[in-house]
Amino acid sequence: MRQIFDIHGGIHPPERKELSDPGFVMDCPPPSKLVLPVTQHIGAPARPIVEVGDTVLGGQMIAEAQGPVSVPVHSPSSGTVTAIASRAVPHASGMTDTCIEITLDGRCEWITCEGVADWRAESKAVLLDRVRLAGVAGLGGAGFPTAIKLASDRAIGIHTLVINGTECEPYITADDTVMQCFAREVVEGAEILAHMVGAETILLAVEDNKHEAAEAMKDASAHLASAEVVTFPTKYPSGGEKQLIELLLNVQVPSGGIPADIGVLCQNPGTAMAVRAALIDGKPLTDRITTLTGMALGKPGNRRVMLGTPIGELLALGDFNSETSDRVIHGGPMMGFAVTDLDMPVVKITNCVLAPTRSEIPPPQPQQACIRCGLCAEVCPASLLPQQLYWFARAKDQEQLERHNLMDCIECGACAYVCPSHIPLVQYYRSAKGSMREASKEKLRSDNSRVRFEARQERLERETAARDAKRAARKAAAEARLEAGDDPVQAAIERAKAKKAQQEGEQ
Amino acid sequence: MLESLSAQPILLALIALVGMALLFGALLGFAAVRFEVEGNPLSDQINGILPQTQCGQCGYPGCRPYAEAIAEGDSINKCPPGGEDTIHALADLLDVEPEPLDSEHGTEAEPTVAYIREAECIGCTKCIQACPVDAILGAAKLMHTVIVDECTGCDLCVEPCPVDCIDMIPRKGGIQHWFWPLPNESRTGNIIATDRESEQVAA
Amino acid sequence: MSLLHVSSPHIHKPFSSVEQVMKQVLLATIPGVLVMTWFFGPGTLLNIIFGSALALGFEAWALWLRGKDFKSPLKDHSVIVTATLLCIALPPYAPWWLIAVGVGVSVLLGKHVFGGLGYNPFNPAMVAYVLLLISFPVEMTRWLPVVDLSNIDITFATALQIIFTEQSPYQIAVDSLSGATPLDIMKTQIGLAQTPELIQQNSAFGLLAGQGWQWVNIWFAIGGLFLLYRKVINWHIPFAMLFALTFISLITWLISPETTASPLFHLLSGGTMIGAFFIATDPVSAATSRQGKLLYGAGIGVLVILIRNLGGYPDAVAFAVLLMNLCVPLLDIVSVPRPVGQTTARADERKSAP
Repeated sequence: MRQIFDIHGGIHPPERKELSDPGFVMDCPPPSKLVLPVTQHIGAPARPIVEVGDTVLGGQMIAEAQGPVSVPVHSPSSGTVTAIASRAVPHASGMTDTCIEITLDGRCEWITCEGVADWRAESKAVLLDRVRLAGVAGLGGAGFPTAIKLASDRAIGIHTLVINGTECEPYITADDTVMQCFAREVVEGAEILAHMVGAETILLAVEDNKHEAAEAMKDASAHLASAEVVTFPTKYPSGGEKQLIELLLNVQVPSGGIPADIGVLCQNPGTAMAVRAALIDGKPLTDRITTLTGMALGKPGNRRVMLGTPIGELLALGDFNSETSDRVIHGGPMMGFAVTDLDMPVVKITNCVLAPTRSEIPPPQPQQACIRCGLCAEVCPASLLPQQLYWFARAKDQEQLERHNLMDCIECGACAYVCPSHIPLVQYYRSAKGSMREASKEKLRSDNSRVRFEARQERLERETAARDAKRAARKAAAEARLEAGDDPVQAAIERAKAKKAQQEGEQ
Repeated sequence: MLESLSAQPILLALIALVGMALLFGALLGFAAVRFEVEGNPLSDQINGILPQTQCGQCGYPGCRPYAEAIAEGDSINKCPPGGEDTIHALADLLDVEPEPLDSEHGTEAEPTVAYIREAECIGCTKCIQACPVDAILGAAKLMHTVIVDECTGCDLCVEPCPVDCIDMIPRKGGIQHWFWPLPNESRTGNIIATDRESEQVAA
Repeated sequence: MSLLHVSSPHIHKPFSSVEQVMKQVLLATIPGVLVMTWFFGPGTLLNIIFGSALALGFEAWALWLRGKDFKSPLKDHSVIVTATLLCIALPPYAPWWLIAVGVGVSVLLGKHVFGGLGYNPFNPAMVAYVLLLISFPVEMTRWLPVVDLSNIDITFATALQIIFTEQSPYQIAVDSLSGATPLDIMKTQIGLAQTPELIQQNSAFGLLAGQGWQWVNIWFAIGGLFLLYRKVINWHIPFAMLFALTFISLITWLISPETTASPLFHLLSGGTMIGAFFIATDPVSAATSRQGKLLYGAGIGVLVILIRNLGGYPDAVAFAVLLMNLCVPLLDIVSVPRPVGQTTARADERKSAP
């Protein structure tokens, strides 16, 4: 039995997992249209490589990665590209972004997929390339390009791969379902990942409220000596990457660093499955298991959804009763964002669509004054002082925010959950972080402008100096000629006289 | 001698205090000479905080002259492009009270960039000569265009243009740069999405 | 349909609000107040009712003066807690105007002048108590001896008469009704060179500490344990205060048992228990972090013993709390926890990043 450690703080919100009946996947009928944003990941947007009117097949790449930190987008099924334009995208801002809209033709034709014959025999570079071309991004909710994460080249090599099946947020059961229904694929994916990064140990982390998933994973990994299923007490937010590593290995990821700095790599079970599909089946990422849950739905559950399905259509599949609800959440109730337009599509990071009734998740209560109770600091998993961060965020005091490690905040929401005064703490921190990033961008820009300005001043001075030097040189040359008896004026007068004499002579 | 001195406490106190004053004065003088820093780093620090727009709205020909003036004691609230954030940063650095922006020198506006309407450009290079950061690409009788990433929005190029073909347009935000605003602390915040006016601009 | 656009998290801990916290604190004071009524008559209860009503009035007025919406802040019961704690600390038969001044000062000067709930650096009830103690020393000594000991029977009506008209129905004047508290007796008699052992044979003293007062303290402690169980307060401040108090008084008692009282006496007399569980734990004026709370509580404990032994007033909880309130910003600075992933707690102690 592996020893488990603990994280600081944490909360125990009601889990409400049974509402979505984990362990059972329903399929979805093809939607009326697919809206595929070019940015479904962290990094540079993908660049569309199809045009309006093109026919595309399932699995065909429709947008290619731009630069190293980018991920391509593939069409989930066959159809025609009807638009490449701005559409509502699933983002906390509710803003629009470039999307490729496809109308399906219903024939579900796919490109021929070809996986690698033996992944153990291929080089890491080839495997990474395949993963990149398959469009795999972190399916746990962050959407970091998987190929970049796997390629990370730090001084310490990766020694432990953690498959993060924690799923600590209430309501969400997508990872639970993936682990129960596709345990073999997840374990195989984990094997491939461990091979790619050179990890000797594979830890399959599952919270203790998912017994069936843990059992399924144990059975599927029984043959793998390097793999171990680890269960630990349910607490939010144990599933955060840094928290999970602290829990399992009793080491803390250095502030501002990544787990690879201490030789650990975390991946979501769905991502492991997608990597396996990319390498063994040659299949790009075109769909995912999403939890559809909430009391406003008549038919909640986990569904295999095509990327690009509008959320409104997905909710309709679940028998959404819009009268009883005024909030649709993309993601979980602790870290998910409110959907503002039901045309927003399901994307790679959509692990859950939550449609609660008004009584299930009531509208937020008005904010009151902070009574300095300190409950927020007690639950913070990063051991920060949320109360102080709140005061400094209000005062816009960037120096103090940095000194109190605002950037270490993982925005888990535990502090706002317990605050008796109902202060939306996480919004303060997000706003403060945005202001700080903006300020540092502005600083870079103004430093750059100063350099250009000084360069320009220097150039003008040089030009003026050069002009002056030339003028001085010409003047000196003229004076020298004069000295030498070479008076140009006199020479001109002589020439004129000579000419006049010549003209008189000719007459 | 000490005994006679200790019999006169006032004299002793006087000697002690004067002696200490001389000692500390000597120490300070030595430190002032030995540890003196070349140049005026304060004006460098101030220049580092100013936004480097080189627009001249503060009344000085550029940001460095204003920085040097502030180091000499000028007020810190003359820079509109820097806005309130710059005033606060300067107040922190100089340990003075932040004042509101002096409206004589302009008001804080959203960041803008210059845009040349290329159809009307006659290639006279007057704007190129005016730009303090060389953000306009072009040559005589050839098309001029603004390099958006380098433009500081100082709008010094607008006046010299003889055909008035330069517009100042807002610097675009976009989904990549959006972040949450601070919460509205009054009881009625506009949290109904469909009631909000959409002010956001697409990338 | 209108969709809400709010930031995560979307769920909140159930039954967690300022009102809930305050209600539970009031609930926890009930046993202590009932015991006080049993031993000293209904004066305290009447004062609490009167004081709370006045406090609500003052709060509404202050909010109106400040141009704020006053219906919802009144619902959070915080002024009622302030008024209750103040009235428990005041003598049961103090005149009504003393209560009124006290409540007014605590709400207006102790709280709203600084910005209202959450902004006051000092505990409002203690600010008022100290102000009253220094301004009206005679009225502040109108403590009664335990009902059993005096041969006067105080009913509700009598109590009302004493508080509001300052006239007693009995032949004797109101001032003669009052007797010294055990802490009072201890202090003055030690000053007259009597030893605590002898002093405690006085009829005002019971088995453990002052008669009646020992039970009041015990029942307030039980109320405090209820608050700990309900996680309304943390154990850090009460534990640190009581531990420090016991430790210091033990040392002084061992060194000089003739001139200092025993730790048990100090624990169960005066405002010790109510100070530990109700007054020092006021979240707004206390330190924030765990280490800060421990230091804060310990500081109060030490100061209580110091002032009781060496200071001019018999009871010291109010002064100790106010003095430590002054130190809270410093405690907050020095007791910053080490964030996960950092090497040290204080940012200025870290080496700069490579």
